[in-house]
Amino acid sequence: MADAIDIVELGGVKEGDKKKPRSKEKRLDIACQDAKERIHNYNEVALGYSPKEAVAESMRCLECPKPRCMVACPVHIDIPTFIGLISRGKFHEAAEDIHKYNALPAVCGRVCPQENLCEAACIINDTNPHNPIAIGRLERFCADYHFLHSDGEHAAPLKPATGYKVCVIGSGPSGLSCAADLAKMGHKVDLFEALHKPGGVMMYGIPEFRLPKAIVQKEVNYVRSLGVNIECNVVVGRTLPVKEVLDGYDAVYVASGAGYPNMMGIPGENLNGVYSANEFLTRVNLMQAWQEGVAGTPIRRPRRCVVVGAGFTAFDVVRIALRLGAQEARIVYRRSRDEMPGRGEEIEHAEQEGAIITVLTNPVKYLGDENGFVRAVVVQKMELGEPDSSGRRRPIPIKDSEYEIPCDTVVVSIGQTPNVLIPSNMPGLKTRWGSIIQANRETYMTTVPKVFAGGDAITGAATVILATRAGREAARSMDAYLRDPARAWYPPA
Amino acid sequence: MYAITSKRTLAKGVIEMTVQAPRVAAHHKPGQFVIVMSDEHGERIPLTIADSDPQKGEITIVFLEVGKTTIQLGEQFNAGDSLFAVVGPLGTPTHVEKFGTVVVIGGGLGVAPIYPICKGLKEAGNRVVAIVGYRSKDLMFWHDRIASVSDEMLVTTDDGSFGEKGLVTDALAKLHDGGAKMDRIIAIGPPVMMRAVSEKTKDWGVSTWVSLNTIMIDGTGMCGGCRVHIGGETKFVCVDGPDFDAHKVDWGEMFARMKGYAKEERMALEADHKCKLAFEALRR
Repeated sequence: MADAIDIVELGGVKEGDKKKPRSKEKRLDIACQDAKERIHNYNEVALGYSPKEAVAESMRCLECPKPRCMVACPVHIDIPTFIGLISRGKFHEAAEDIHKYNALPAVCGRVCPQENLCEAACIINDTNPHNPIAIGRLERFCADYHFLHSDGEHAAPLKPATGYKVCVIGSGPSGLSCAADLAKMGHKVDLFEALHKPGGVMMYGIPEFRLPKAIVQKEVNYVRSLGVNIECNVVVGRTLPVKEVLDGYDAVYVASGAGYPNMMGIPGENLNGVYSANEFLTRVNLMQAWQEGVAGTPIRRPRRCVVVGAGFTAFDVVRIALRLGAQEARIVYRRSRDEMPGRGEEIEHAEQEGAIITVLTNPVKYLGDENGFVRAVVVQKMELGEPDSSGRRRPIPIKDSEYEIPCDTVVVSIGQTPNVLIPSNMPGLKTRWGSIIQANRETYMTTVPKVFAGGDAITGAATVILATRAGREAARSMDAYLRDPARAWYPPA
Repeated sequence: MYAITSKRTLAKGVIEMTVQAPRVAAHHKPGQFVIVMSDEHGERIPLTIADSDPQKGEITIVFLEVGKTTIQLGEQFNAGDSLFAVVGPLGTPTHVEKFGTVVVIGGGLGVAPIYPICKGLKEAGNRVVAIVGYRSKDLMFWHDRIASVSDEMLVTTDDGSFGEKGLVTDALAKLHDGGAKMDRIIAIGPPVMMRAVSEKTKDWGVSTWVSLNTIMIDGTGMCGGCRVHIGGETKFVCVDGPDFDAHKVDWGEMFARMKGYAKEERMALEADHKCKLAFEALRR
């Protein structure tokens, strides 16, 4: 870490000097690959701040004494402190400070919906509307800088070993965060992953151009450097029976995510060329099918692709379809633009890249050719009625409004639910709707003693940062439980 | 890593491998499969576990060199090499209890996976009648092993070069027409064979089960690539199966889905010169 940083040259302040925040300036845009170019590659779309840009953006931060951003952050990163460290040229220290609160800063800096969280809370919005500090971009900058200029391993000493053994199931954001914190607390952690690479949804779900897989593996290596033992190719409930896990560990954290694809159950859904979003994304992201000639896993190269749904996942899928060479890639969504759950930036990026968005339209069946491949989707127009239980206006079909959209590929992207493999193999584990594990939202304790659960496994599909929060909070609860001589248990009501 | 401890060619294009996978070997039950990756960039392919030895921590897989990955496995991997990934045992185990007399049919490569099933059924106190079918005598393998775990065994070859000339369905029909008692039928082999068995037994009122070998990626219920209609309901072969009531399988859909990547597979094979040669050799 001996690299010299001339902070004055970069536009920051020397340590000890007074910072004069330039909060009235506009928020610094991040350089992006041009849309015409990027649809021909899988490189990251947002390119990240240079040190000079990061310092300039950090100099806008007031470093408030009562930071609202920190409250809004689900893991409560000490945002003013790390931004202050950037302003003073202490990039490594900034990264290490973030690591106290978040084991995955390079990931969260990229995929967190900051516009609804820390950045929405930034006080600068009050005086300089729409120009909050670009907290996410700064978080990403610190993490990337740290990875680039150090071995990215944990440097600080860990707490003395407690002698307790903990098992974490699933190496997605929740499992990794929980494992990292438990290891820092001095517990011996074994982390099991069913797939051949650790990272969970960050590996199979989020595409390379939004979250490079090399970055995910660096975050994983950081967690390994804390002493966490990660074993891949272990399906708990099959490779390792639940009973062995319960017998072999003092506590268990189930972070098996939400990996079971929802389908609509309409005619023709099993035709070739109709994918679940999970299958399409897994082929492209985890199995790297986009690397033709390198990867062994094939993917259908769509010409006309219809993506059903308008969440995060649907936008990832439509943008992949364009990169695979689709001449037409269309989102079909049953509600209107206002109800689309996808992130603003992703929707904008997708449209720049040529994605078509057809709203108030819902598939009713798929038509196949003589070989069993999809050739068209029959859709029906919708209108919005009264708000439903989600608070959004309910889509109502319009009679006799069906028409056909020709296509050779369909990706059904209407959400995921947790996998039933663990609940169905763990006697006494209560679930909601058959698969969502019931856990006490304060203690993360389930109905089975010594088994904790968190992340998408207890909520259904949500975000990386919420899964991370659950992992961290569960780690604290597990630590208290392990140190409690009575091993008191507070299951869900 | 998963070390290959032995490899031999059982018949033309049919390879048997034993692989170190202690966790899999310790928990394997009949009817379950593993997902195998040859190298880091390889495909994840499902292969039925043909045998396991928990003491040695080994499993046995038998495969036919038919696609890009299986050809690569057969040509480039030998004892002493390691596979990048082996995960399992996956799938719901074959339902084993005392049924009475069970006819277990293995066709071609399907002879390997029926070995642990026959063994399990026999241990459960059933009378096991095995029917094993091959295209010709020189493609025969493991009939001796099947004989050791069955009470009666019939061998058929398409060309009559060994055993009875004809298909396994012919032998099955003969058995049935002769009044043989059968309380359950299990058939594993090429989909055409399994469908033929299913059609034959439909009117007999004998419960008939098949093991489907669809395309899969993760093998744990995540991708849904293996889905197929069973009794009008979509099921995932990897977790709900691979064993299903043959009379409920939507065979037309099953066949169509098997060909989902025929074009990509052909292109991949043609792109790879070495594979291309092997492919040509197999086609001849």
